[in-house]
Amino acid sequence: MDKTVKAEGRSIDSASPREAQSAAKSASGARAKPPAASRLGVAKTYKLYINGKFPRTESGRYFTVADAKGNIAANMCRASRKDFREAVLAARAAFNGWAGASAYLRGQILYRVAEMLEARAEQFVTELKLMGVDKRAASREVTATIDCLVYYAGWTDKYQQVFSAVNPVASSHFNFSILEPVGVVSVLAGPENALLGFVEAIAPVIAGGNTAIALASEQNPLCAVSFAEVLHSSDVPAGVINILSGYRKELAEQFASHMDVNAIIANGGDASEIKMIQEQAANNIKRVIIRKKPIAPDPYQIIDVQETKTTWHPIGG
Amino acid sequence: MIAPKPDQAPRVDQVGVDERVARFRARSIKKASKVEALNLVLSQIDLTTLEGQDTPGKVRQLCQKAMRLHDSLPDVPHVAAVCVYPMMVAEAKKALGASGIKVASVATSFPSGMAPSDVKLEEIKLAVGLGADEIDMVISRGKFLEGKYQEVFDEIVACKQACGEAHLKVILETGELGTLDRVRHASLLAMQAGADFIKTSTGKIQPAATMPVTLVMLQAIRDYYYDTGRMVGMKPAGGISKAKLAIHYLVMLRETLGEAWMSPEWFRFGASSLANDVLMQLQKQRTGIYQSEDYFSKD
Repeated sequence: MDKTVKAEGRSIDSASPREAQSAAKSASGARAKPPAASRLGVAKTYKLYINGKFPRTESGRYFTVADAKGNIAANMCRASRKDFREAVLAARAAFNGWAGASAYLRGQILYRVAEMLEARAEQFVTELKLMGVDKRAASREVTATIDCLVYYAGWTDKYQQVFSAVNPVASSHFNFSILEPVGVVSVLAGPENALLGFVEAIAPVIAGGNTAIALASEQNPLCAVSFAEVLHSSDVPAGVINILSGYRKELAEQFASHMDVNAIIANGGDASEIKMIQEQAANNIKRVIIRKKPIAPDPYQIIDVQETKTTWHPIGG
Repeated sequence: MIAPKPDQAPRVDQVGVDERVARFRARSIKKASKVEALNLVLSQIDLTTLEGQDTPGKVRQLCQKAMRLHDSLPDVPHVAAVCVYPMMVAEAKKALGASGIKVASVATSFPSGMAPSDVKLEEIKLAVGLGADEIDMVISRGKFLEGKYQEVFDEIVACKQACGEAHLKVILETGELGTLDRVRHASLLAMQAGADFIKTSTGKIQPAATMPVTLVMLQAIRDYYYDTGRMVGMKPAGGISKAKLAIHYLVMLRETLGEAWMSPEWFRFGASSLANDVLMQLQKQRTGIYQSEDYFSKD
């Protein structure tokens, strides 16, 4: 992205666009060869990621994200509640397949995401730098993100045996508790660590067999939206992770109220937002997980979005 | 009476039909109009279960649903009818009692229609005898495609007679007719033979109801009305499971046949899962919150 800005700066110099245009016209009139440095950069259109596809928002709205220097970095889709509704439909449709996939397969797929991110590390370092992160820190963040994915990939086939239990009971029953994914989880990403924070928020959700709809941070959405390209080129089934960009104030209430969402994870957010989330979530008794500050990966974040199922199985006679 | 020949029905301009349908689909119906449309859709639904695994218990359950669609939306209308196999008519009739909901029964060797005429007529008489208010018959597509229009025509006439007081809906099974020209011809044939309703599909064949096919049938109804002054009803069936699509059908109905047909008496949706989606949309309109299937009955 920053390369594009620089390239344009060089070609147009200090001339206004109109002057540049008329200069080009007279040049072509004289059948002169176009100047070699005039190639326009091809800037990426940042779009939403819903059901394994990259649609624009149905609303046609967008908002502008500024880079660290205050220049326009990108026009982002300003997703509407209808985009969110479509994403929930996709996540619900994907849930049975993903929850039913073997733990081993989910681990393999998460590991595959890490592989793809490794290959594209440079792209994310560039985006982080554009947003004002210094080179070394950007590099560290991308590496930490890859490690986070590998960490949760490893946990997919282990959390069940660590956190399940056979319970001692005073009757002739074999009593055991196992974990099941809660279902569709909506995630509001926090503003810190554009890439790492985002991946830390969604990786434990899908590691446990849930499907997710995540809202990228409003101030810092570039990396989160680009991460969709990584997901798209790995083997994550369509709809398992859906990524939106937009105004948190506008969408948080939808994330909290939708009856077909089973849990909400809110990273950051002020007191009034937390209150709203808790009230709206009460409609269908969603699980509410509030994380005021980013936390390092741990298996308890998988358990946060698991339901415990206890079974009483008669034995003997 | 003589059956109409294919050249007595107008040719259909398929590109024109598709373009017209695209315009219906672009229409946006919001807020109060949407709620009104959703309520109308509910009142026009023929709640249907036509499966080999149907049991009296399942039919009773469906009838309960037909009468009380959703407890937290007490002011919505009930559906128009419950549509079942002849074997289940008595059960449905008993369960529905004096609710005002009609019992529709498929007959004439549904869904293939591959049975001798006298067997088909017996089946209709049996269903009517058990208390069916409406009969959904299938035409013999094989004979129609063979060009034996008179036989198809005579069969419908005989079925209409066998129905007595009961309303006759004639299923053209448009998915097997192949072209819109044949749909138009079959519509005309069925109406001249005495059909009270013409219906697109059994729901057992893909494609089932589509908007282009329904538009052609609606146009046939309109022209038949201009020619004879007799109103014929329309029932698209199969594949309409979303409220939004149902509203597009209503727009098409309103703009092709007008206000007079906008009632359960003249227009029905044959559907099993449409009602739930409409209820979810109504609940969404009421609360402002997107709904989940988890909170609506399965059948």
